[in-house]
Parts: sequence; C-alpha cells; structure tokens
Amino acid sequence: MASNPSTLADCSTASTATYRFERDGYTIRFLGDLRMFDAADIWRDLHSATDNESGKLVFDLSSVRVADGGVMALLVEIRNELAARNVNVEFVGASTRVETIVNLYSGHDIAHRHQRRNPEGTVAQIGRTTLEVKQEAKALLDFLGSMVLAGISLVRNPRAGHWKGIAPLCEKTGADAVPIVLLINFLVGFVMAFQSAKQLKMFGANIFVADLVGISLTREIAPLMTAIIVCGRSGAAFAAEIGSMNVNEEVDALRTMGISPFAWLVVPRVIALILVVPLLTLIADIVGTAGGLLVGIIDLDLTAQGYFIETLTAVHGWDVVTGLLKSLVFSAAIALIACQQGLAATGGAESVGRRTTSSVVTSLFLLVMIDALFTVIFRVFNL
Amino acid sequence: MTYTDVLPPLVDPAPPASARAGLIGVNRSMPRRSVAAAEQPMIEVKGLTIGWGDIIIQKDLSFAVKNGEVFGILGGSGAGKSTLLRFLIGLERPIEGVIDIAGHGSPDLAAGLPPFGVMFQGGALFGSLTVGENVSLPIEEWTKLPDDATAAIARAKLKLVGLDGAADKFPSELSGGMKKRAAIARALALDPELVFLDEPSSGLDPVMSAELDDLILTLSKTLGLTVVIVTHELESIFHIAERIVMLDQVTKSIIAAGDPRELRNSGDPRVSDFFNRRSKES
Repeated sequence: MASNPSTLADCSTASTATYRFERDGYTIRFLGDLRMFDAADIWRDLHSATDNESGKLVFDLSSVRVADGGVMALLVEIRNELAARNVNVEFVGASTRVETIVNLYSGHDIAHRHQRRNPEGTVAQIGRTTLEVKQEAKALLDFLGSMVLAGISLVRNPRAGHWKGIAPLCEKTGADAVPIVLLINFLVGFVMAFQSAKQLKMFGANIFVADLVGISLTREIAPLMTAIIVCGRSGAAFAAEIGSMNVNEEVDALRTMGISPFAWLVVPRVIALILVVPLLTLIADIVGTAGGLLVGIIDLDLTAQGYFIETLTAVHGWDVVTGLLKSLVFSAAIALIACQQGLAATGGAESVGRRTTSSVVTSLFLLVMIDALFTVIFRVFNL
Repeated sequence: MTYTDVLPPLVDPAPPASARAGLIGVNRSMPRRSVAAAEQPMIEVKGLTIGWGDIIIQKDLSFAVKNGEVFGILGGSGAGKSTLLRFLIGLERPIEGVIDIAGHGSPDLAAGLPPFGVMFQGGALFGSLTVGENVSLPIEEWTKLPDDATAAIARAKLKLVGLDGAADKFPSELSGGMKKRAAIARALALDPELVFLDEPSSGLDPVMSAELDDLILTLSKTLGLTVVIVTHELESIFHIAERIVMLDQVTKSIIAAGDPRELRNSGDPRVSDFFNRRSKES
C-alpha cells in the first residue's frame, strides 16, 4: 500500500473533470462532484483502482460536494463486489447532504452480492416450448368449443347477437379491400400469362393461355391470393383490435354486462368474412382474367373475343364454385384464428403484437394446408 | 492540499449545440447539468395558453415552481391538469406564452435528454421489457456504463422505491401500485432535479397511497428533488404539496394558488368546496 497520498484518477478529459480520487494507504478519498454524467468514468476508474484489492478499504467522502444517486448506487455495487472477494469497504466522512444519499442507497447496510439469474438451458427451453404448444392447442380447442356453444345460444336467442356490427365489418373487410384485391389479382393473372406465353408460343398454342389462366385462377390462385390479402389486412386487424380490448379489460367489461364476447365480437367477424371473401374471390377471378387477356392481346396476338370464348370453354361453373367453396373455409379459418389469438392476449402491448403476428402466421399456414387438402379431395373425387 | 486545488474548474452546464439540432445528430451522451441555484425557480410559466387546435383548455396561466419544492397542479375532472402537464414536459407546443424549465427555456424533446423525469398516469412501462430493463433504458441511452453497472443502478433505483427483487419481472406481473413505483424509479434513473408525476396515487389503496406519498416526500427532502404532481387526491395534496395551483374548467384559468392547507378556508366557494369535498348542492 502506498503510504503517501497519490492521485489514482481524474476525469478522462481534464477540461470536463468534476471529480478525482486520491489514495492514502487503505483509504480512497473522493474529491469534487460525483455526478451521473461522469458515472461511466467513475465506474471504470474505481474498478481499475480496486481490482487487486485485499483486506480492507475506506471510501472517504469528506471532500465530496455533491453525489448523484446513480453514482452512489455504483459505489455500493463496487462495495458489494469487493465484499464477495472478502474486502471490507466502509463509507466515512460524508457531509450531511451526501450522507443522506449514502443511507438512501444502503451504503451502510451489510454488503451482499446480487444473485444473477441463471439463463434457461436448451433442454428447459425445448420443454417449456413443448408445454406451451400443448397449452395453445388446449386453448384453441376451448375456443372452438365456446364458439360452438355461442352459435347454439345465438340460434336459440338471436337477439343476443351483435348483428348491427356485421355491416360495418363487411365494409371494412370487403369494400375497403377491393382496390388491393383488384391490383394484386390483376398482376397475378398478368404474370402467370406472361410467364407461360414464351412456352406456349414455341408450340403455337397461344390460345391456351386463356385455359391456363382461367382454370388456375378460379380453382387455385384467386381464392388463395384473396385469402392471403384478407389475412394480412383484416385478420391482423381483428387480432390487434380484440387483443387491445382484452388487455384493456374491455372484454371483461362485456362479460360483466352479461354479453358473450363470442356473440359480440367473434360471430360478427366470422359472418362478415364469410360474406365478403367469396365476393372478393369472384372479383379476383374477373380481374385476374383481365390480366391474362392483356398479355394475350399484346404478346400473343389474340383477340379479346377469342380469349373470352376460350376462357368460357375451358372454365366451367364448377371450377368457380370450387374456388368459392375454398374461400368460404379460408374466411372462417382467418376470422376464427384472429379472434382466438386476440382473446388470448394478456398483459400489454407486447402480447398484442405477438398475438397479431401469431394470428397471421398461423392463418397463412392453415390456408396452405386447407388448400392442399381441398385440392386432393377434389382430385380424388374427380370434382 | 484541498480538493479545490486539484480540481479543474467546473464545466459549462449548457448542453452541446449538437444536442439542440433535432433528432438526427443528437449527442447521445448525457448533457452536464448545473445544480440549479436555490433561489432560481425550477419552472417559470408566463401567460401560457394551452389547448387542442382551436379549442382553448386553459388561458393566460402564470406560476412558478421553486427549486426543491413539491408543487401540486389541481382541478376537477376535465379542468386540463394532465393537458397542462403535456405542455410543461414539451409533448405539446403552447398556443401562447412561455415555459422555462431550469433556465433552459421551453423543453425541446427533439434536442436531446430533457432536464426532468416523468411518471405517466398509467406508468407507461414498456410491456416487452422487464422492470429492470425499463429503468435501465435511459441509463443505457445516455451513459457509456457497462451492462453490469447499468443493472446495478437500476436495482438500486428499484430498491429506492421499495421494489427490490422486482427487476426481472415484467410490468404485466406487477400490481397497479408497483407499476407506479417502477415508473417513478424509471423517472429517477438519471437523477434529474425535477420530476413530473401524473396522478401518482390514483387507483391505489389508502395504505399504498400513503406509502407513495411518503416516498415522494423522502425523495424530495433527501435528494432536493423538485416534484410537480398532477392530482386530485386531497389527502395526498395536504400531506405532501407545499404549494398548488388550482385550474378551473369554466373560467379556463387558475382560480387559486398557494398553500393547500390555507386554501381550505378560501373565500372562493369553488376552491373551498374542492378542498372540503363539498358538493355544489350542499
């Protein structure tokens, strides 16, 4: 230990220094102002001054004019770290003003080391996630069960339904979605025709672009693309809206008024989507065909009349119906998942965001699954 | 050798020019703050008119908050207490008038770290962060402290408000009172000399409300903190507020100012009714 006072540290830049340490034996004397804006320098300097310490230390605060709480918290933390290495630290000499800060931040209490929380192991994480999947599956089944009960209850007592809410929901989810549905499906029809045009030209089968676009759109692409748009637009909105209502206790308020959240929130949304998504799909069929027609005219030298006649020859009513059947199931799936995720939100904004994301991802996954299932069924039964 | 011999002169407390240049290019180091002179008001408001668009909520407000005092902004529901707070902390621009905070002029939130902490009515804790992370956030943003030092300060601040052991919890796991305490800890994270508290006691049980009042008093007395409280909890006002201003919804102005204990006996029935919890009919 040095017997004479020696300067341990002053602030990193002399022009801005407001504090200084001096060492005299086992005493570290603090001078000046211990302010929060110097906290990083104080932390670093004091750590380097006490890194190899053993035995006993005294923090002499007699020459400290002002001490911020944050810096005092750091001095106490260093005292605790040193205590873990069996170095006993004592705060002495503080003025009345500084002493209150020392007391407030437990500077004279028995030193203790903060227990760090052990990070969760990989196996524990897998286990926790597995249990969460099980709980999610149970919650989904609970939701579907409650939905069935709400449906039965509404059939018995139709006045309990929030039927007035359906029309505005149809407007929001249907009418407001028309422009984006038009644009996306027109482009999809256009791109499909454009991609196939080169191949068809090679075989002189230009006219069959109408068959390709017509059948693909009505049976597969238009219902799926429309459902994806509705999922991203309305599904996410449903989940976020109901999730916010849930965390703000609005859903609980409905319950306390004797109103079923299923009848009030879920059923109108399911009905609204079931009504509008098939209509949007029909519009998608038409504009997608128009996209193909444009390519037929400008790239394949077809006439509009010839394209239409070929489309009507290739596409049967049943092709359109299969697409609409799919869109019905898609819409119910989107609405149910969005509402279920919204009602599962707890806590705060973070949960609402997580549930909204989960709603979109789960819906997209289910849409593709349902689509594949339908396609196989239609093929097996030759529909 | 005295410490004044070894210390270089104290620095200019004014924030760097770059910190006033808007959000882009803000200096992300904590500005050096002056210790405000005791006689200088911490807040000075002159001829302030506030409102939303063309709707005037309060007009021509003038008052000063002394350094180190607990100051209350009172008024009935809809009088514009919380609106006034939003203007004082710089979230809204005054329609007319001047607000001066700690001699730095009107608060400019885009210019960098404001010289105060704020506790919002609902706590406004970030739900995706733990309580400890909430308190650490301003420290991480404005200092160059390593993570362990930041966490140590956050734990100390939480202990200060009686929340030791809550650092790893999420806000959704806390009760209403605990959320308010955590929000106060976050407001105090960078040791400001001024804190604004919006309805700190509302929704709390009497014991918790009294504990929170004691905490505010302790912080004010021991740290020399200036506290501006927006509230209509009479018990709290009488217990902790040294001076108040009372806003009125009808006249859109301050109808009383001073020591709340004396205002109980005010000759103005609007004021005495408020402080004595009397309905207009009685």
